[in-house]
Amino acid sequence: MIKAEWFYWLVGAVFLAMAAQMAVDRSNPKRYGSAAFWGLLGACFLYSTWVVEKKAPAEPLGVAVLAMVCLGGFGFTGRGVPRTTTAEERTATAARLGSRLFIPALTIPLIAVLCASVVKDWRIGGEPVLETGSETILGLGFGAIAGLLVGMIVVRERRPSVPLHSGRGLLESMGWALLLPQLLAVLGSIFQVAGVGTQVGKITEALLPDGQKYIAVAVYCVGMALFTVVMGNAFAAFPVMTAAIGWPVLIEQMHGDPPVVLAVGMLAGFCGTLVTPMAANFNLVPAALLELKDQYGPIKAQIPTAGALLLCNVAIISLFAF
Amino acid sequence: MIVLLGVLVVILGFATRRNPLLVVGVAGIATGFLGKLSPQEILAAFGDGFASSRSVTIFVITLPVIGLLERNGLQEQARTLIGRLGKLTTGRFLALYLLLRQLTAAVGLNSIGGPAQTVRPMVAPMAEGAAERRYGALPERMRERVRSYSASADTVGLFFGEDCFLAIGSILLITGFVNTTYHTHLEPLQLALWAIPTAVCAFLIHGARLLRLDRALESDFAAAGGPSTAEGSRTAEEAK
Repeated sequence: MIKAEWFYWLVGAVFLAMAAQMAVDRSNPKRYGSAAFWGLLGACFLYSTWVVEKKAPAEPLGVAVLAMVCLGGFGFTGRGVPRTTTAEERTATAARLGSRLFIPALTIPLIAVLCASVVKDWRIGGEPVLETGSETILGLGFGAIAGLLVGMIVVRERRPSVPLHSGRGLLESMGWALLLPQLLAVLGSIFQVAGVGTQVGKITEALLPDGQKYIAVAVYCVGMALFTVVMGNAFAAFPVMTAAIGWPVLIEQMHGDPPVVLAVGMLAGFCGTLVTPMAANFNLVPAALLELKDQYGPIKAQIPTAGALLLCNVAIISLFAF
Repeated sequence: MIVLLGVLVVILGFATRRNPLLVVGVAGIATGFLGKLSPQEILAAFGDGFASSRSVTIFVITLPVIGLLERNGLQEQARTLIGRLGKLTTGRFLALYLLLRQLTAAVGLNSIGGPAQTVRPMVAPMAEGAAERRYGALPERMRERVRSYSASADTVGLFFGEDCFLAIGSILLITGFVNTTYHTHLEPLQLALWAIPTAVCAFLIHGARLLRLDRALESDFAAAGGPSTAEGSRTAEEAK
């Protein structure tokens, strides 16, 4: 049986290899901080295996996570100048390879979906080939490996260091923000342990009389959108609103179907992102890049769409979740 | 009741644009103490939470492929393909771009577009070019409107396309959060499938609004009283 943990080791190893490259990259003014951040992340991926199996204490991992928060949060990470191709070279290879360039990228979702739907039922000696419950994640891993092989054939690249180096460039440009989604998931679990969900759940239950399903759905969706407008980030709104209403009220109390409620709830948050100047990279940066006099031009173009889509999201949960 | 102060820390921190890592870290520690956890239990909560939410970060495994393709001209090829749509009206061109952006994001190619990658160099100039073919030099109001809608087509297409891909951050955040917090099991694929209805609605709504842009430009043009003749003829010269 192929286990999900093996895949996490692969990801950890990729982080460690990239951290080693960063440590010797003199073009990065903060190379030691960057190498420490990504190296620690890679090590945490490996150590977590034993934490999940309860064979090692979780406290050292907690210390390492807080160390990463400090490295990223106080600006100890940076980026180097990636050795890459020039614009002319890219135009030339694009002209030569044409739309074949899309094939490797499309291989990834194709294989991931195949694993999650077909390979899922394969068995050897009565044992499933892929670890039960992790088929999609393993499929993504196989898809990425297959995509890489296909990609190296398509662009006729023999050196494995080249994709590793280009991937590191992308990693460095994302920077510490890459840790944020995982940290928000951690925050959600701390909220749960500390009883935040129960408290907000009590308030919502007091405000929402029993059986008012559609009002509860509307409160969840509009709440996601409003919190996102204030915080500028649907990812940050999601743990708060889901711990408060999504899970306790819509799913546990009213027996809503979790995938519908949560997937569409997140998209209700995205409606908030469309209209908030707090999401500067999506709304204000384009205005600056396009040299608009009215920096809220894109937001104004998006407000009616966001409003209508928020209604659609409320309707989709109401129709399909119960 | 007092544990809710942790939520307040998150809201204030994000709203005042502090570093998000620090905001979330501090909110986690504060909520732990307010919920009467010992320092050791808080560290263990961070550790356990990290270990069981690793699936959120695994999309990193796709970066080497994407990086390899980008250094070989993936974005340039995407721009070439968009460039072939040159003959359409502004509204139709932007609606088609919206569709392409949604479809490519839905198969995980969310970095081939973007304000810097495609909107500024390609989409906005082509949308403006289409309007200029029709009206000559554009008054400022119309130019601003066309550019704003170009940015909106890109953003809406990205937001409501990417969630149909199972390995995108937001989908993995949902499964990571729910599986860690409530000890249940959700598959990313189920969530990605339920993003499709909203994606279709987004295309219909924003697509219809982009098509209506042609009419809005018509009335803007009438309100502005047509182009100044000098500028109009100059553009006509250049068009030859």
